[in-house]
Order: sequence, then C-alpha cells, then structure tokens
Amino acid sequence: MTLLLFLAILDGLAYAAQVFMVAVGLTLIFGVLRILNVAHGSFFAIGGYVAATLGTWAATTALAPALALPALLLAAVLVGGVLGPVIERLILSRIYVKEHVLQLLVTFALFMILEDIQKLTWGVQPIFQDAPVRVLGQVEVGDIIYTAYQLYLLPGVALATLLGLMWFLRRTLTGRVIVAVTEDREAATAMGIDANRVYLLTFTFGTVLAALGGALASPTTSLVPGVGVNMIVLSFAVVATAGLGQIEGAMLTALLIGLGRSVAVYFAPEFEVVIPYLIMVAVLLVRPHGLFGRPELRRV
Amino acid sequence: MDRRLALPAFAGAALVIALAASAPWLKFVFTIALAKGLAVTGILLLLRAGQVSFGHALYIAVGAYTVAFTRPHVGEMLLLLPLAAAAGTIVGLAVGLFVARYRDIFFGMLNLAFSMVFYSLLEKLYEYTKGTDGIRVARPTIAGMALERVDYEWTMLIGGIALALALGWLASRFLASPLGQALPAIKTRETRLEFAGISAKRVLLVAYVISAALAGLGGGIIACTTLHVTPLLSYWTHSGELVFIAILGGGGSVLGPYLGAIVYELVRVYAAAAFPDGWQMILGAVLLLIILFAARGLWGIYEDLVLRKGRRA
Repeated sequence: MTLLLFLAILDGLAYAAQVFMVAVGLTLIFGVLRILNVAHGSFFAIGGYVAATLGTWAATTALAPALALPALLLAAVLVGGVLGPVIERLILSRIYVKEHVLQLLVTFALFMILEDIQKLTWGVQPIFQDAPVRVLGQVEVGDIIYTAYQLYLLPGVALATLLGLMWFLRRTLTGRVIVAVTEDREAATAMGIDANRVYLLTFTFGTVLAALGGALASPTTSLVPGVGVNMIVLSFAVVATAGLGQIEGAMLTALLIGLGRSVAVYFAPEFEVVIPYLIMVAVLLVRPHGLFGRPELRRV
Repeated sequence: MDRRLALPAFAGAALVIALAASAPWLKFVFTIALAKGLAVTGILLLLRAGQVSFGHALYIAVGAYTVAFTRPHVGEMLLLLPLAAAAGTIVGLAVGLFVARYRDIFFGMLNLAFSMVFYSLLEKLYEYTKGTDGIRVARPTIAGMALERVDYEWTMLIGGIALALALGWLASRFLASPLGQALPAIKTRETRLEFAGISAKRVLLVAYVISAALAGLGGGIIACTTLHVTPLLSYWTHSGELVFIAILGGGGSVLGPYLGAIVYELVRVYAAAAFPDGWQMILGAVLLLIILFAARGLWGIYEDLVLRKGRRA
C-alpha cells in the first residue's frame, strides 16, 4: 500500500513535469497573444513523433548512446522553429483583431489539420523509442527500482524551464519587453516596441516548449493518434485551474493534477481520466478565475 | 415562418424526398444529416451569443446511449426519442449550470473537457457500455407498428423532415423572442444586458439547455437509424463536425444548419472514403477558408445569389 503510493507519487512527478512543459507554453502564449491555441496539443504530439523518428535514426549511427538525449532537444527545436513562425505569420497574425469566437475556431481548424498530418506522416500504429531511458539507466529509491530518466531528467527539465522562464521574463531586456506587451500593448508600441516581433517570438517559444514536452514524453509512452487532443484538454485543465496566464501557478496545478491522476491510476484505474477534471471543476466552482487568476475588468 | 424562409424550406424538403426516392441509400444519409442538423441548430443558438462549444457530441452520445440502454425495456420510438431529448436536457442542465458562468475560451474548452471525460467513461466502463464494441439497438416500433426495413427508413426520413421543419420554425420564433434577442447582446456587450435587468447567465443557460435537448434528440434519431451506438459518438471529432457544419451552413438563418448538414453528409460519403486519414485535414482547411473569406457560410452565399438579386430586380 505505502509502496504503491510511493510509486504513484514518483509517476505523478514525472507526469506532472511533462504536462507542465505543454501547459506553460499554452499559458505564456495566451498571456501575450490573448489567443488560446487549441492546436497546442498537436505540437506536443508532433514533437514526440519527430523525436521518436530522430531517435530511431540516431540509434543506427556510430554515436548511438551519446546522441539519444540531444536528439530530443533537436526534435523540439526543429518542430517549434518551423511550425511556430509559419503558423503565427500565415494564420494567427490575421485574426488578432477578430472576435474571440473566430479566433477559437481558427485554432480549432489548425488542430484538425495538424491531427491528420500526424496520421498521414506516421500512420496510426503506436510508435515508441526507449534509447533515452536506457542511456540514463535505473536507480534504486528505497525498495523501488525506477528509471533515472523519469526520476531526475523529466522533473529537472521542468524545474529548469520554470526557473529559466522566471529569470528570463524578469531579468532580461527581451523578457521585460514581452511582459510590457502583455500588460499594455498600445503603450508598449508607443514606446517603440515591435509588438509583432514579440508575438512571433512568444508563439515560437511556446511551440518549442510543447514540442519539447512531447519529445521528452516519447520514451515513456507510445505515440498513437489522439495523444494531441488528450494533452490539449489536460493542459487546459492545468492552465484553467491555475488561472489563464499564470506561469508559476501552472507548475503547482500541474503537480496537483499529475499526482491526482497517477494516484487514480493505481487505486481506481477506471477514473484515471476523470480525476484531473474533477480537480479543475472543484477549483473553478470556488474560484471561477482559477487559483491565481484575476477577474478581468468588465467593460460597459 | 416568414415567406423568405418557408419557400426554400419546403422546396428543400421536396428535393430531399425526390432524391431519396431516386437513390435508396440516400434515405440513410439524409436522416443522419437531419439529425445532425437538429444538433447544429443548438450550436447556432450558442453562436448567436458568441459562444462556441467544442463538446456537443457529448449530448448526441447521451441521447444515443439513452436509446440503447432503454431499448430492451421500451420498444416504441415515440417514447424512445422523447426520452433521448429528456436525457439531453437533464445532462445539459447539470453541465450548463456550471459552464454558463463562463465565456469564450473557457466555455469552449470546458465543453470539450466534459465530452472527452464522457468519451473515456463510455470506453472504460465496459460492464455497462460494452466499451468500443458499442451496443446494438434493435429496430423499435413506430406508433405500435413493426415496420420492414424500407418502410422504416422512409418513416424515419419523413419524420426527420417533419421534425426539422417544426423545430426550425420554433427556433426562428425563439430567436425572435425577447430571450432570443438577448443572445446577441451577450456577444456584443454583456454588461449592458445586465444593466437592463436581464441575467446573462440565465439567458445563456436557457440556450444551452435547448441546444443539449436538440442534440440529445438528434442522438436518439442517430441511434434509431444506425441501430448501433459506440463511444466514438462523443469523440471530439464529432463535436468538431457539428461546429464545422454550423459554420459551413452559416449562422444567418435557422435553415443554415440543415443546408450545411446535408451538403456535409453528401460530400463526406464520397470524400471520407477516399481519404480516410486526411478527412479532418480537409475539414480544417475548408473551415479556415470559410472563416477567413466567406464568414456567412452557404446560407450567406444563397442569400447573395437569390435574395439580393431578387430585391434588386
């Protein structure tokens, strides 16, 4: 019983780390662009697929074990660096001034397109790679043998992302410019800030984070059609529970939801999928704008 | 109904019957299209308020599974369909009390979340739902008569058309009523609505429950037509399909959903078979094109071609 609970906590931490990578990009993009990107989960899925493909190829080269981990990062940068700018410039930039409902519909349409691109490129059979997990080996925690990849690497990357992002937004010029555009786009533009560049940068960065989440997840789950939609719904639950646009809060709710889910996996497997949303609904019933969100001003 | 709608409505109904008589397999396609049209009418009401739900397949599945679960005990269609609509209403009220507090992003995504939770419950609670195998539905009697297949399909189609006409008329009356007129006010400036002493939350809740009831009824018809229900009915692709049809048909008229649904189903029969893995991609691309370049959908194009020209002449 305690052993199971301990296992559930370890699983929950690793899972929360993956979800956080996707959720933080979603919330960052929303904070700056004021668009909730429904296609964000697809970046997670595509990141995973590209990482698996690259990893399988890297395993055949002479540098096999050393390449396994860099391949994950490379996949994320490739996916985010290509898809991010193309989608932001070609499509999103046309709809910043349109109604909310149209913005949602446009990203939903993108989501439909990206889901099928995955099916057409990688088929519908599960895809899996385990080289990155094997490279790092296993560790003993108490009586449990666990993979170092899930114990150290995943939470480590998530924590580094959170701290790096906080440092970046508060201490660097580019980061402060992003915050300025978030607070007041017009005032920032009047100060000579190129808001369009900030939008492009933020969207690309958020896309890379989601793709990195997918790449990191590729050795721990098999990739099948549908991972994208599950991830967007789950990361939205994380982001909504924390409050849209809240970065530090997203870490906390990712932990809450990740742990809740993995405890359910061990003790009530039928309700694994329901737990994250029960948590979300419970929080939203008490705090309609999320744990850390602020209500928006009502205009007359 | 005013004459500008009555004429195309009855002409369309006659055309559907004529086509179904000339090609027998079309009866099935058209019945499904009309059932989806009912659900899309609900989406249209929500769109009037500027809200989009990515989870209304939930109510289709609720209606369909209600029919599947009660069919062994109740053999009569005229009881099964009201039950399906009632189940949609009840679930819609429960979920609606929660989601009507939210707008825009939250509204759309919370609906998606609820439908995906329902989907995985249908899939996982195998004991009750038989999982992905789904449940077979025995053909029910209609007004006490056990009909042969061809007669049954005809009755379903004619019944579907009658329902579509009646509910389309009701929907247009609802949109013209003070409550219906409050919907666009939620879209433009909700606070002003509240200053006028009208609760925006209540208005949206009413529209939401109606939309859930319509989708439940549509789901019941789908179950009685396909005679087999699976969890896939509540999957996000089906919610997306409803939104797609609403945008394709155009939000300007209560006939838009049926026009959109029939065109959509006809194209799907051919195209989805030709590109099984690329179908969502095609839908997504067309959706983007409509939103960016023809925001009023097929009904808007019809208006431009027929009504405007008529007025000028």
